[in-house]
Parts: sequence; structure tokens; C-alpha cells
Amino acid sequence: MLAAFNDRQWLWLSAGFYFAGFLLGTWSLLRRGRPSGVWVYALIAAGYGLQLAGLGLRGRAVGGCPLGNTFELFQFTAWSAISLYLVIGVAFRSSVLGYFTASLAASLTLLSLAIPAWDSGRRLRFFGHNPWIELHAALALFSYGVFALLALTSLMLLLRHFSLKSKNLGGLFSFLPSMVDLDQIGLRLLSTGVVLLAASLIVGANYWLRDPASASIGKLLVTVAVWLAASIALILRLRGRLLAKRFAWTGLFLFAAALLSLWPIDSSRHAVTVPAAPSNPPARP
Amino acid sequence: MNSPGFFLLGTTHQRAPLAVREKLALDAEASAALQTELATIAGLRELTILNTCNRIEFYGVAESPETLARIEAVFCARQCFPPEEFATFRLSLVGREAIQHLFEVATGLDSQMLGETEIFGQVKAAYATAQTRQSTGPVLNRVFQKTFQAAKYVRTQTAITVGQVSIANVAVDLAQNIFGDLKATRILLLGAGDIGEKTAKAFQSRGAASLTVASRNLERAMGLATTFGASALPFEQREARLAEFDVVVGSTAAPETVVSVAAAAAALRKRPARPLFFIDLALPRDIEAGVADLENAFLYNLDDLAKIAESHRIARLAEVERARAMLKEKSAALWQQVSAPGAPPAPTPAAGKPAVSPA
Repeated sequence: MLAAFNDRQWLWLSAGFYFAGFLLGTWSLLRRGRPSGVWVYALIAAGYGLQLAGLGLRGRAVGGCPLGNTFELFQFTAWSAISLYLVIGVAFRSSVLGYFTASLAASLTLLSLAIPAWDSGRRLRFFGHNPWIELHAALALFSYGVFALLALTSLMLLLRHFSLKSKNLGGLFSFLPSMVDLDQIGLRLLSTGVVLLAASLIVGANYWLRDPASASIGKLLVTVAVWLAASIALILRLRGRLLAKRFAWTGLFLFAAALLSLWPIDSSRHAVTVPAAPSNPPARP
Repeated sequence: MNSPGFFLLGTTHQRAPLAVREKLALDAEASAALQTELATIAGLRELTILNTCNRIEFYGVAESPETLARIEAVFCARQCFPPEEFATFRLSLVGREAIQHLFEVATGLDSQMLGETEIFGQVKAAYATAQTRQSTGPVLNRVFQKTFQAAKYVRTQTAITVGQVSIANVAVDLAQNIFGDLKATRILLLGAGDIGEKTAKAFQSRGAASLTVASRNLERAMGLATTFGASALPFEQREARLAEFDVVVGSTAAPETVVSVAAAAAALRKRPARPLFFIDLALPRDIEAGVADLENAFLYNLDDLAKIAESHRIARLAEVERARAMLKEKSAALWQQVSAPGAPPAPTPAAGKPAVSPA
């Protein structure tokens, strides 16, 4: 039966697993006073596998990375964030990060699935058979995934800061990592995001210089603005000018800016749009 | 009678006051000598001695109540303690009740500080010592293995060990909430009194490697520093060198504050990337209250820490019955296993009397 699923059905299933992770985490918090680390991680990993299958099918249908409309951009961003979480989550050993990641992934994927208009048109081979420009887009979106995780650790840092200042340390607060650990992981994520986005911009600029008509000024400005904001935040943080609460708020702002920038970026593309139909698995010979 | 003779004999802080426990306490050497002497008692098949500052307990397998009476007599004679007085403090249980008691001890339910985890290690050590002395057998091996499993299970499934209940440990927990691993955390103790010493001990036991003591009395500061392998700092330099530290513990008897808001703000400017944690255990207070308003500085005073410790104690108390019920289920199951036919009979306490009479 699963073999007959089209891409959207796989992605619905994946979103269901993320949502189940969120529900289990909430139930565990309310019932047992702590998030369920291992089970939430397992649900996220299962959702990730299913999302990979769905995006894989979509990728085959579009002949490249599925980044052709807002729906796909949201899905890819969520997938990037989860990819990182699955690595970081093991090292960081924070059940709260898993709970927050499941919540974010469920929100992004369910929102993208719930708005049919976001997936009503699709650009076929909009990268023009150019693997470099495809790499540019994939790197940019992956960096947005990094910013998504940065937003989560920033949120955790704000909660930890609030709990320590308000002297309220019970419940969810008792499972948050230390302030210094959160600050360090935030710094590493921001550095990773800046480097990935810089690499994406370098690859994109190389292509754009040869064909200035390939991207609008609006898209260029928005993408460079996001990278500049992230770079400035990184420099200020390294110089000790952006710390603790302000650094955490910046992390949240950066992700919001990255998410908002998806619309101008998406709407500025010139490729031919065709109505989207769910991509079915390839027929067997 | 078809039950194994698993028994517990001894006394605990619940029954005997400190003065009695002092007289009954055994050091390692005395414990080994006692074990050797007890090994000669006929009918005593297995034995483990659990000897901590709050309890002296003999767990073993005996053939009859007479065997237990003999153990008690030997112990009282060795400690020069009147047997009839021991009988008034004695705790004597057999079978499932003895197993349940051991489970509760290992879980920290029977501890003076409810839910403390140190006792688990002490029970493990007692069992390991008994194994080394070859005084354990099939019953004790099974009972102790199951005890460790049950204690771990209950500690995971309930909130019986959640949070710290002593002021010093609450302070260390808070420092961990801010800095994570304490290995690289630099701690400054202001004051070299009892409270400072307890806090230093708590920090060191949780991995803090860098301790510095500053006291108005430099000699006392150096004395405490030597005890903890720490360094001493002239008291008048405390504010100028504040930026070198992550955690500042105030416990002086100074009549006025010894750390000002201005000094804390200046320290934060010098080390912007790391927070500064102030623990004020002094009365009157050592640290100006305005420090709490500084960005990236956290200030907790005695009342704050006491409130947190009390909330943890209440949370642990609320879990006692649930934990006990879980252990009862497990002790009943274990008792069924060890009391299977073929096991040695239990020493039966006489009705209405203590399980074992003094010799």
C-alpha cells in the first residue's frame, strides 16, 4: 500500500510523525513532568525518513531539488533543520530540544500541507539543468534549516534566562540545558548558517554574473540582507557585543527573517510554472 | 515453615539517636573483624553488613531465630553495648518485609535526607565487600541484584530524587544550570566559615576544580584553601579581581555588603561572554541586591535557596507513597522467587515480640 503513495501522502505521513512527537512530548511533560527524549527522537527520525521519501518522489518529478514553490521550500527547510537535529540532538542530549524540534517541524510541514495554494503551481526544471544553481538553492535552504535550529536553541536560552532571573526552576525549566551550553551551540549554529549561506551566495553570484537576468534585484537584495544580518550578528557576538538575551532574540529574528524572505525569493523566479499534481512513485518496468 | 531465612537485623536513625549510633558505628577494620567473628556462627549461611553514619544493618540468611540472637550477642559484645538496651533500638525483619526495607533503603526512602542517592552507592559497596569476603550466596546475590534494579527503576519512574534538598547542593545545581560542566568554572568563596566550607565541599564533589578563598582573616582563608587544595586571595582584592571568577559565594559575617553593584558591573564588562553567578549565603547580606538587575548576572540569597530546597523536599515527599507501592510490588515478586521450596527456613519472630531477642 505504501508503495502506491504519492509524494504528498508521504509528506502527510511524515508530518503526522512530527506531530505525534509534539503530542507525546506535551503529554509526557504534563503527565510525567519531563519530555520523553528517546521516543520523541524516534518519532522525529521516522518522520524524517518518510519526509525523505516524499521529497525524493517530488525531486524525481521535478528533475532536481524540490524547491519549486512555497510548499517545497517549507518542506525542505523543515527537512534541513531535522537533518541537523538528528546529529546535534544525540551530542546535545537535550530532550527539550527534541520536543521543540518536533513542534517546529510539525508546524512547518503541516502549515505547508494545509495551504493548497502553496503547492498549486510548480516550476519544472527551473534550475535550467544547471547543477550549480541547484547547489546554490539547496545550500541556501539548508542554511535556513540551520537558522531554524538556532531559533529553537535561542528560545531555550530565553527560557533558561527567564527561569534563572525569575527563580522559577521547576517543570520544563529543569530540563533545559545550561545557559553557557546553549550560548555555545547557538554560536556554532550561527557560524554554520553564515558559512553555508555565504557558500550559497558565492555559487549563485558566479552564475548571476554570467547571466544577470537569471535573478531579480529583489531576490538578490533579500538574500544578501539575510546573510548580512547573520554575519553582523556573528561579528557582534564574537566581539562580545551581542550576548545572552539579545543574542537569543537575534537568533529568533534571523529565522523569522529567513522564513519571510522565502516569499520574495520564490515570487522573483522566472521559470515556467505548471500546475502541480501529486507525484506518484515511478511505474515499474 | 517453608521460607528462606532472609533477615535484617540492626538499627537506623529512625530508631536510635546519634549518641547510640556513635557507639554502634564500625570502622572498616572493625567491620572486617566482626565479619570474621560472625562467620563462625553455626547456621549463618550468608551475610552482608551495611554500615553508614545513619545505620548499622546486617542482611543475611539464617537457619533459625537462635542464629540471629547469636549475631546480636556477638555484635553487642564487640561494641561493649548492653544487649537489653540494643533491644530497645533494634530493627528486626524477615522475609518480604526485610526485602522491602532493603529496597527502601537503597532507593533513599529510609534516608534522613529523603531521596538522597549516596546510600545507593553505600549499599553497592557493602555488597561488594561481602562478595570479596565470600560471605554472600544465592539468596543475597539475588536479593541485592534485584535491589539495585528496583532502586534504579523507582528513581527513574518517580520524582523521589528530583532536585536538591540542601542549600549548598541547590547552589551547585544553579551553577550547573548556568555553566553546565563545573570543571572549568572558577569559584570565589568570600568567607571561610562553616557555610563557606560546606559550599566548597559541595562544589568540589560535583567536579569544580578551581576554588579561591578570600576572607577578612587571611590565615583562615589560607587554612580553608589548604583543606580544599584551593588558592587564597587577599580580601581587599575581591572586587578588583571579580572578573576572574564565574561563581561568587558570599558567606562572611561582615556587617555591610562586600560586593557592590558597581564592582559586579565592571566585572561583567571585562568578561562579557560569560555570565556571573552570585550566591549570597550571608546574614546580613554580602552582595548588594541591585546586582540581580544586571544583565547576565544572577543573584540568589539564602531565602531563595531555602525556598528551592523546600519545594524539592515537598515534591519528593509527594512521591513517597507511589515509590513505596512500586517497591512493594517488586519485593512481593522477589519474595515469591526466593521463598520457593527448597530454600532454608526463615527465623520466625515470636508473636508480639521483637523478631530477635537479645542474647
